[in-house]
Amino acid sequence: MTIASTTQLICFAVLSLTLVVGAFGVVLLPNIVYSAFLLGGVFISVAGLYLLLNASFVAAAQILVYVGAVNVLILFAIMLVNKREDLSAIPGLAVRRLLSALVCAGLFVLLVRVAFTTPWALPGPASIGEEATARIGEHLFSDYLLPFELASVLLLMAMIGAIVLARRDVFASDVITGEPADQGLLEKARTPLLTSKP
Amino acid sequence: MTLPTEIPLQAYLVLAAVLFCVGVWGLINSRNAVRVLMSIELMLNAVNINLMAFSSYLDGQLIRGQVFAIFVITVAAAEAAVGLAILLSLYRNRETVDMERFNLLRW
Repeated sequence: MTIASTTQLICFAVLSLTLVVGAFGVVLLPNIVYSAFLLGGVFISVAGLYLLLNASFVAAAQILVYVGAVNVLILFAIMLVNKREDLSAIPGLAVRRLLSALVCAGLFVLLVRVAFTTPWALPGPASIGEEATARIGEHLFSDYLLPFELASVLLLMAMIGAIVLARRDVFASDVITGEPADQGLLEKARTPLLTSKP
Repeated sequence: MTLPTEIPLQAYLVLAAVLFCVGVWGLINSRNAVRVLMSIELMLNAVNINLMAFSSYLDGQLIRGQVFAIFVITVAAAEAAVGLAILLSLYRNRETVDMERFNLLRW
């Protein structure tokens, strides 16, 4: 499967355009729901770039993990904390934004300069193309076995930690009177349950 | 499949630099805490693009960059879950998602 070079260039241009526009939209749009959906678009564009770089397995992982899990999680968080609030004005906000934009522009110039002045060892060894998935599996079970196992432990810890942090200490029924307790939504004030009284 | 020689490596690096700088700007300037988490995801994706570009152009046989990208994706998923849980907990305690009002540990 060899894509013609012109097609590759066109794909790269379209993907990078959607990537940059989407990234600016994520940061700048006032409505956070639009930002979340644009973030999904950014993730899909990044997966397309991975396909251009002969990495179909990582592209699939990107789609599954980022679009399927992280983006949905962010949308759920927006839904749970969706309260219209007028952010109070802060003195010097425009100056702060301008200054941080200057710093970011400087960082960008530095990164571009590094990218163009470093003598990369090009062309490197030929890409193994579709053998990449098998090679990743060999890496994960031979020389990267310890990070692989540590990643599973990390995911377990993150899962338990997220449950512990996000859980509310509500009981289905009042512990003393036995009446069904008011399981308020997150937006409501916390109802005082009879849990701490003797 | 041959190496895509038409697209230079620097194109990917510049694209990743744009994404990273936009992410840094959003991280500093967002008032909404959910948007801060989204900016972190943008920065992680920029790093992943760099890793994948280096893996494809400079390390075509032993694609170690792809393995690192998979680990970064794993850690990013864990980070998103824990970050959003912390955000929900903060929202329950402070009744806001404004980053300027999460100043409990400030002076």
